[in-house]
This record gives sequence, structure tokens and C-alpha cells, in this order.
Amino acid sequence: MALKMVKGSIDRMFDKNLQDLVRGIRNHKEDEAKYISQCIDEIKQELKQDNIAVKANAVCKLTYLQMLGYDISWAAFNIIEVMSASKFTFKRIGYLAASQCFHEGTDVIMLTTNQIRKDLSSPNQYDTGVALTGLSCFVTPDLARDLANDIMTLMSHTKPYIRKKAVLIMYKVFLKYPESLRPAFPRLKEKLEDPDPGVQSAAVNVICELARRNPKNYLSLAPLFFKLMTSSTNNWVLIKIIKLFGALTPLEPRLGKKLIEPLTNLIHSHSQHRDLTGICASVSVLISLSSGMPNHSASIQLCVQKLRILIEDSDQNLKYLGLLAMSKILKTHPKSVQSHKDLILQCLDDKDESIRLRALDLLYGMVSKKNLMEIVKKLMIHVDKAEGTTYRDELLTKIIDICSQSNYQYITNFEWYISILVELTRLEGTRHGHLIAAQMLDVAIRVKAIRRFAVSQMAMLLDNAHLIASNAQRNGICEVLYAAAWICGEFSEHLEEANQTLEAMLRPKVTTLPGHIQAVYVQNMVKLYASILQQKEQAGEKEAAQEITQLMIERLPQFVQSADLEVQERASCILQLIKYIQKLQIKEVPVAEEVIALFAGELNPVAPKAQKKVPVPEGLDLDAWINEPPSDSESEDEKPKTIFHEEEQRHSRHRQPEIDEEELARRREARKQEQANNPFYIKSSPSPQKRYQDTPGVEHIPVVQIDLSVPLKVPGMPMSDQYVKLEEERRHKQKLEKDKKKKKQKKEKRGKHHRHNSLHTESEEDIAPAHHVDIITEEMPENALPSDEDDKDPNDPYKALDIDLDKPLADSEKLPVQRHRNVETLKSPDSEVPLVEKKSKKPKKKEKKHKDKERDKGKKKEKEKKVVEEEEEEKKVILQDLHYFSSCCYLLLSLVCCLGTVQTAESIPITSFLNLTYDIQGNLQNDSQVTVSVIFENKSTSFLKSMELNVLDSLNTKMLRPEGSSVHDGIPVPFQLPPGISNEAQFVFTLQSIVMAQKLKGTLSFIVKNDEGSTHEKLDFKLHFSCASYLITTPCYSDAFAKLLESGDLHMSSIKVDGISISFQHLLAKICFHHHFSVVERVDSCASMYSRSIQGHHVCLLVKKGENSVSIDGKCNDSTLLSNLLDEMKETLSKC
Amino acid sequence: MAFCVEMTQTICILLTDRFKASEVDGLRLLTHFVFYNLLCCALSILFSKMYFLPQSEDTQQQIIRETFHLVSKRDENVCNFLEGGLLIGGSDNKLIYRHYATLYFVFCVDSSESELGILDLIQVFVETLDKCFENVCELDLIFHVDKVHNILAEMVMGGMVLETNMNEIVTQIDAQNKLEKSETFIFQSPRQDR
Repeated sequence: MALKMVKGSIDRMFDKNLQDLVRGIRNHKEDEAKYISQCIDEIKQELKQDNIAVKANAVCKLTYLQMLGYDISWAAFNIIEVMSASKFTFKRIGYLAASQCFHEGTDVIMLTTNQIRKDLSSPNQYDTGVALTGLSCFVTPDLARDLANDIMTLMSHTKPYIRKKAVLIMYKVFLKYPESLRPAFPRLKEKLEDPDPGVQSAAVNVICELARRNPKNYLSLAPLFFKLMTSSTNNWVLIKIIKLFGALTPLEPRLGKKLIEPLTNLIHSHSQHRDLTGICASVSVLISLSSGMPNHSASIQLCVQKLRILIEDSDQNLKYLGLLAMSKILKTHPKSVQSHKDLILQCLDDKDESIRLRALDLLYGMVSKKNLMEIVKKLMIHVDKAEGTTYRDELLTKIIDICSQSNYQYITNFEWYISILVELTRLEGTRHGHLIAAQMLDVAIRVKAIRRFAVSQMAMLLDNAHLIASNAQRNGICEVLYAAAWICGEFSEHLEEANQTLEAMLRPKVTTLPGHIQAVYVQNMVKLYASILQQKEQAGEKEAAQEITQLMIERLPQFVQSADLEVQERASCILQLIKYIQKLQIKEVPVAEEVIALFAGELNPVAPKAQKKVPVPEGLDLDAWINEPPSDSESEDEKPKTIFHEEEQRHSRHRQPEIDEEELARRREARKQEQANNPFYIKSSPSPQKRYQDTPGVEHIPVVQIDLSVPLKVPGMPMSDQYVKLEEERRHKQKLEKDKKKKKQKKEKRGKHHRHNSLHTESEEDIAPAHHVDIITEEMPENALPSDEDDKDPNDPYKALDIDLDKPLADSEKLPVQRHRNVETLKSPDSEVPLVEKKSKKPKKKEKKHKDKERDKGKKKEKEKKVVEEEEEEKKVILQDLHYFSSCCYLLLSLVCCLGTVQTAESIPITSFLNLTYDIQGNLQNDSQVTVSVIFENKSTSFLKSMELNVLDSLNTKMLRPEGSSVHDGIPVPFQLPPGISNEAQFVFTLQSIVMAQKLKGTLSFIVKNDEGSTHEKLDFKLHFSCASYLITTPCYSDAFAKLLESGDLHMSSIKVDGISISFQHLLAKICFHHHFSVVERVDSCASMYSRSIQGHHVCLLVKKGENSVSIDGKCNDSTLLSNLLDEMKETLSKC
Repeated sequence: MAFCVEMTQTICILLTDRFKASEVDGLRLLTHFVFYNLLCCALSILFSKMYFLPQSEDTQQQIIRETFHLVSKRDENVCNFLEGGLLIGGSDNKLIYRHYATLYFVFCVDSSESELGILDLIQVFVETLDKCFENVCELDLIFHVDKVHNILAEMVMGGMVLETNMNEIVTQIDAQNKLEKSETFIFQSPRQDR
């Protein structure tokens, strides 16, 4: 063995360490991959060795390689080995590697649970710290569930270093295991007032993060945060709190009023000294101010003013933040931002892309009917100038966003808009072709008056398709051809040169377009064809009609050969149809009517969510079976019929193999009738507000001058600029006319409204749309349900954290406990507290009495009453808190010691109160040790120091003392206690036998120091080691449990307790909770439970509940242990 | 190496801490720092994993590459904020970076963090590095990635800001180093590397 050690360390001398690896990689630039694979082979060899130092070194190198992009998941098990090393150096390497490469899919992660638990309870704070840091990176739902309780205990650790990490990691635990939020929340709240600023800021951090997602659950914390805000000097905390208030104020308007003053003060104080974080804070103040207060113009004005100063600053960062904050204000107060249009337009020219993007964002809210054209014109210039495609794409989407916002509210001239869209198609390499296409379709469908113009533009686009689709497969812009083809087809009656367009669509080049566009082409060709056919027949030009049919038959086969299934299918279908038409034409049968009937009927726009919003009629249960599900023997095709039985009968009797056009048209008519009568069909309902009559409008379309000389532009395309000019002229005319009218009015009214008229420039309402348009609103079903739910992402992880935190905890809401238990189970914490309170309050009363002597006696009684009332109030609060505690499974308060009044030399009564609460945990790793955590709480007004805890050892149980000290020496408590402070220390006890419960006597000596001097005090107490405290909750599967029972080497014993009134569920919970058992299986009022002692005894229970009694049969390796356990249990149960 | 650029460029990107897992997870702060140097010829890309994809080594590399691309082409006198869009998980996130000589420190944060606060945090980080390494230079960071990680772990935990007080951070780091030293009587070979 020794030889092996020596050999190992000699080997190590030649191993590469991390620095060698980095140097090696830098020296092997040419054959890096080869070098690294060589290194990985070496690392694999090193991992095979027993020496942990070698392994740790190997894992360290692997971590580096992982950063270079190499997969190291194969070493996951080795990483766990290094994590479990006893030395901090190695442990840290292991946890770092784990945090790098572990994730929820790593299967070995479940092996780490116990290791992490051990590290969390390590006496070395850095072991705990490194475990917490690592865990924060790879926590999984399982780990979160198993470790939540341990982490919660750490939240009240003595070291602030651990406390802050534990508080912060709770957020991760909540995310993965939302059930833990309610039990843990009281303690988290407590940490908001932690003496250590780091812990406090961590708690604020976590709560703000939680509240950001579900603010309404945290409204009750507002007063506490308000207090923190006014008292905190930490900028980080301040910013967080202000951001939190930003989320809370919309929910509670009163809060906004309260906040105005302190926030305004903050702004003023921060703008005086211009440190970064100060400005930062004030910016976020501004933001939250604006979002919080809907009607506070003065503060908004202040905000906007300050923001303007920021934006005008030469510091680009401030400029950016100013714009960012401006966009927040814009959402609530668009008016106040609009006055700074000049500034924002100026920012559009900034050299910094980030700032330009922010300014673009702001533009969205600044447009009005008046300035839309001007702004878009400016943006179009930017589009031409823009270099990067990302920025250009951003511009494009913004233009479309701006124009289409709130149902095209600001567009007065749709011809202008269509020409803008057409101009945008000139953009090369944009990803947003589909956006433009969607806009074209939307406008053409919803604005009836524009269709003629849109169709002519689209026809032109189709004609110039070769320019757009030069590189069809890669170019996103060819999507617009989809829209163009559809619009030309659908509204072909408006098309002037239909023949030409049809030919354009039949060009061989079209076959290079993506499949879905070709499919639309094919379909719409027929629509076009149908309308041409009708024209020709009406004009009596039979030959021309036949010609066009011939053209179709000639050209369609190119689509029939398409590789795209959809195109192929449609094309061959249509080819056959046209061949049939040709036959009829030869027989001189008029066919146009029938062909056109194929596409008769109007398409109405339907809102995207309409289908979802159809309300379920009363009395209709969608989940109920209409007919019982058919048995398997029934034939398949009957199923749909049985479901839609009635409807089927009504309108599709039986399918004919061939349906001629006439029949089709007739049916369509019939269906329309039916739909009109059917309440569930979405009918077209004209929009209530925007119903203009479109009588004179179409004639007023301005004549478009086609500028063929402009290079680089699609020939024949109108320019949007011309519209801007035209529009200006038109508006000018309008204005003049109106002015005339107004003058008349003025004369009539004799300047009654003088002020109004003098103000008139060009208000929104003055601008009438160029032509009357009917913007058809998207259809919604009648009495649609207003619901926002569909906006929420069902997979949102924060949804699970939307939990009401003010509701008191139910008993069932507990964190899964592994090892904690209340030691003195005889006394429930609730019964104990009032006792403490009474004792602690007494002296105060005495003091009061003393003072009161000099005063009116009548008043005294009143006061006493008040004191008593207050006490009771406090008692209630404490009881409530304890209720939380007990349900949180945080077990404490088992032993309360009070020091009575002590007479000092000066005979001034000094009262000192020290509460000790303790909790015994079995040690998983060591079968003969338990850890006792004691919380010392100084309830006096004096300073306590030099505390020493000593326990009188028994033969069986001994306190673990440092080497060299005798059994009579106490262990010093590693801290001092200022008044009102509590702290926790841990003591380890060794024991031989665990089969018997034990009580140990102990003494705590300490020095009380106050203004008068210091005294030496002593306090006696007892520690109760019950048998249950040696048990460790261990889950057991039912088959393993059965095997255990069958094995036969277990002793048996049983008890029966009468007079039990609580529910069985509750009872089981109590046993699990107080006695560290886990339920293996539960059938009705009978359950089997299992637990294991730290020395490996199996304990099995069978719990049966009768009407008023409970019987427990137990089996265990050790009969004494069993009988003691059962006795303890009997005592617990007899108390319920 | 995972990818190659011209050999005259060194890109070592150190992405630490968790990446914002866009919709999967509520991680908040992705801290990457990007070092960039035209003179050195080695290429080292170091960073820790992003959280959201099981086999994300390639994705990580891609994100680093693009982040570097975005950051490196920015001018000197522009603002320190960058909206990376889809690359870094949606519009709620932005990149906040600082440029020190040959190094870029890039953090990716969501809207709950204050922008200037993060700039301050980067400053604290750099100062802390400077204290811990005594006049930190790029090579320190390249050769002692693990130490850089440990320092960062004291500042940011699980994507959330843990500590912003430099003295506190340095104290904890020193204490840990001391603890490490007391353990390393057999382990460490005596050489010092740069």
C-alpha cells in the first residue's frame, strides 16, 4: 500500500497540470485536435488511478477542455468522485466541473444527493459554500425536493457567508420545486431584515425576482419594502426595490401616491452627484414612477425632463438608458413623449446601432395621422442607407409595425401604404418577406376600396417577378409573390390586363420558386383563367377564349412535373379540369358561368383567435360522450357518423362520385343559407365604428406617374414619395376648405371659441382619409369571451410560482424532511410558547408598575390592560409564526430555559433571558454520532459573552470534545450575543447504543455584560435524546419492504392507543414528522411505514386505524429499540 | 480547436455562469467575458456551459463566436449595451460589455438587472481580478481559468448577483486560498506558471 502511494506520487510528478495543458495547446496550433485527443487519452488513464489528487488534476483539465467545446459528460462519474473528496481543494475542482457539465439530463446526478447534503452540513463553511454554488448551477427538481429542507436550515446559519448563499439558491429551488415556496417563504421574509447587508440584499434579490413574475402575491410586503427603501443605503438593494415597486404600483394605486415623494427626493439627490449607480437608480426610479402612476402629470413631467437631459448627454450609455426609460413612459403616457420627437428622430441618425434601435422602438408610439408619412419616409431613407442586414430587417419590421398598429389607425391613404410595401420588396436578403406578404394580404382583404389599386400593383410585381426572385431558394423576399399571386387571383375582376398577368404566372421561371408559392400560383391561375374566360365569352370572342384554354393546357404540365407534392396534385387536377373545359368549348357549350362558380363567394377575414373564443353554449358539455364510445368490433367508418350524427344527415346525404359545377354552386348556395342560420358559424359583421360608405372614393384615386428612368427600381412601380407630395397637397386643400368654413363659423360665432380656433394647427381629426375606406375588422364570434389567457405561455416556468403566500400554511404543506425532528415531542411548540412569553413579560410588567406608582392609579390599570392586550397580540403573532415553523418542519424550541431575577450587589434587579432551542440530527456518515444544533437567543438587554456549554457525559453518550480536554471541560460557544440576537452552534455527540432514549444534564455558563459591569451566570438544562432522533427517514419500496418482513429475523411488538380523533392522513403525517418514518404503502385506513436507524436497524410499522383507536404493529431488528420507539409514539399519539 | 479564425487573432472567450435559458429556466445573468487580442497567436475559447441544451457544446461555441463578432466590431465611443436578439434568448436580454485593453468582459442580463449596475459589477470584477492576481494580465486569465471561475463564483451565483463588495469578495477568496494551501503539502508541485 505504502509502495503504491509512493509510486503514485512519483507518477504525478510527470503528469501535466492545467497550466501545462494550456501551454501545450498554445504550442500545438497546427495539430491542436490531435494534441487534445492525446491529452484526453492521458486524462482517461489518470482517472483510472486510485489517487484522488491525480483524479482531481485530471478533472481540472477536463473542465478546461469542456470550455473549449469538448464533450466531457463521459467523466461525470469521476467528477462525482472528486466532489466527494474530503479536501476542500479537490472538492472545489469537482464542484466546478459539475457545475460546468451537469444538467437535468445527466443520469448520475441522483447519486450526488447525499454527498451534497453532507457537504451542506459540513462544519467548514467553504465546503458548504462551494456545494451551494455548485448546486445552484445544476439543481434538478429531484435535488430541489430532497435538499430544500437542508437549504432552508442553512438560511439561519451562523455565518452570513452561508446565509446569503442559501437565501439566493432558494430561488432556484422554488423554480424547480414550487411546492417549497410557501413553507419557505416566512423565513425568506425574515431574512429581509437580516443584520448582514449581504444576506439582506440576497433576500431582496430573490423576492424581487419572484415578485417580478407574479406581483400580486407580494403586495402584502409593500410596507416592509417601503421601510427598506427609505432606510437602505445600498444602491443595489435600492434599485431592486424600486424595480419591484414598479411592478407593484399598477396593482395598488394607493402605493403610487405614497411613493411619489420619496422617489422625487431620490431623483433630486441623485442628479446632484453624478455617480454611475446614482444615475442608474434615478433612471429606474423614473421608470417605475412612470409605470406606476397613471395620473400624476407633475412627476411625469419631471421624469421626461430628466430623461431629456440624459438623452442629450454626450455619454452614449446615458443616452441609451434615457431612450430605454422613455420607451417605458411611452406605454403609459404617449403624449408627454411625443413632444420630444425632434430628439428621437435625431437619435435615429446616431452612429451607434444600439441607440438607433432604441430610438426606432420609440417611434412606434410617436406616430399620428399627421406625421406617419413623414416618419416612414425618413425610415425608408434609413433602409436605403443601412449596412447590416439585421438593422435593415429591424427597420423593415418597425415600418410595418408602425403602419399597422391598432388596426391601421394612422393610415390615411392606403395607396401610399401599398406602394411602401411594394418598395420594401426591393430589399435584398431580408428575412421578412413573409411579413410584407402578410401585410399585403391583410390590407387587400380588409380594405375593399383599395383592391383595384392593390391588384394593379400586384400584377406589376408578378410581371417583374424575375427581379424579386433572382435567387429564389435563399431569398426570403420571394414570399411576397405568394401574396401577389393570391391577390391577383382572388380579386381578378379588378385586373385590367388579366391576360398579361396570366402569362406572367405561367412563365417557366416560376418553377424555381419554393413549393408553397408555386401551389398558390397554380390555384390562382385558374381563378384568373375563369375570369378571363367569362370576359371573353361575354364579349363573344370564342376564339380568344379557346386560345387562353390552349395556353393553359400547354403550360400547366411544367407544374405537373413538380417535385413538390402539393403543386403536382393541384396542377394535375386543374389540368384535367381544363381539358374537360376545352372539350366543352369545342362543342360550343358556354362554360364560363360554371367555371367562375368554382370560386364564387367572398372570403372574410377571421380573427386569429376567433375559433377559440366561441363561447360554449349553456348546457353543452364538450367532454361528455355524445354516444358511448363504440366497442372495438364496430367498423371504423361508423365512428365519425355517430359523433356528428344529426348534422351529417342534414347536409351531406351521400357523396356522389362526380360533382359537376352546377351542383357545386347549388350546394355552395345551400351551405351559405345554412351558415346564415347556424349560430355557431362565424358571420361577417361590419365593424361598428369604421363603416364608411365607399361610394365616391374610388374615383379619387390619384393618377400614378410611372417613372421609368429611375434605375435600380422595379420599372413601373409607383413611388411612395409621390404619395407624400400628393397627400400634402390634398391636406393643404382640405385645410384651406376647412379654414374657409371656420372663418364663416367664426364670423357667425363671433369669436366665442377664440382660443380653440387660434390653437388649431392640424389636429388628428382634421385629416380626413384620402378615400373612404372600409376597414373590415377581423371577425369574432358573437359574444366572444374576452380572455387574455391565450397570451400566456402554458410552459412558462414562473406560472408554477404563482402561489398565494398570505394564506396560512396547511398541515399538508411541508417540505420533505429527511432527518429533523422535534426532540421533546411531549410538548408541542404551541403549548410551550405562551409559557415563555408569560415569563419573559413579567418583569416588564413589574417595571411598568414601578413607574406607574408615581402616576394616577386609574390610568395604571388601563395601561396594564393595554400591556396585557399587547402581550396577547404578540403571543398570537408568535403562535402564528410557530405554526409556520412547525409546518415548515423546522423543529426547534424543545428546551426553553429562563433565568430568573438575579440580585446583584447593588440589589438592582437585572433580568436576563436566554432561550436555547435545539435539534438533534443523526449523522448519515457516522453510525455512532449525532449532531445537536443549538440556537442561542439573547432575550435580555445585556451583552452575553464567553459562553461555554458543558454536558455531563453518560457511559453511552459523550460529547465530542477537542483532543486533550477532559470530560469536565465545556466547549466554548464560538460567538458572543448582543442583545436581541440569536445564533446557532453545533455540537457533536458520540454514542454507543441507540436502543434507549437518554437524557443528558448540561450547564451553560456565560458572562452577562451591561452598563453596570459584568456578572457570571449559569444555566442548567437537559438534552433529551429520544430513540426517534436516531432514525433517518429512508424511503423503501413495497417489494423490498415485503422481503424484509418475510426474512423473519425481526422482533415484533405492538401498541394500541385509544381516543384518537384526528384523521388518518394527519396521523400518518405526525408519525412521519415526529418519528422520521416514511409511508411505504397506504390502503384505506391501513398503512405500512419504514425507517432506518443510523446504525442500520430496520424498523417496519403497520398502522391501522379503527374508529377511535389506532393500533401499531412494529417489527425491528432490536426489540428494545422497538419497544422504546413504540412508547414514544404512544406518547405522541395520546396527545392528539 | 472547435473553430478556426485567422491565426493572428486570439479569441478567448470565457463565458462563465449560466446562460439565460430563455424560456426554459429563469436564469438571469449570463456572464461571459471575452478576451480578445490581436497579437497572441493561440486560440483559446473557454467558457462554462450554458444551461438549457443537453448537448450544447456546439451551441455554446456558436454563441461565443457570434457574441465575439458582435462585440468586436463595435466602435470605441459607443454605448456598452448590445441587443443580441435571438442569439441570447430574446428581446428581454441584452449584452453589457466593457473593454479593457485586450480584454472584453461581456455579461448577458435580462431586464430585471440595472444596466449601469452591471457595468459597475464588471468594474468590481476586474478590480478583484487585479487584486487577486496582482496586476492581472491576459495570460493570468488564460492559465488560471479555474481561479477566475472561483472568483466569479463569489460574485455571481446561479445567475444572480451574490456580492458586490470587493473587500468582502477578496477576503473570502483569500480565506479559501489559505485553506487550500494548508491542504496542499503533498499535492502541489512547486513550479509557478505564467
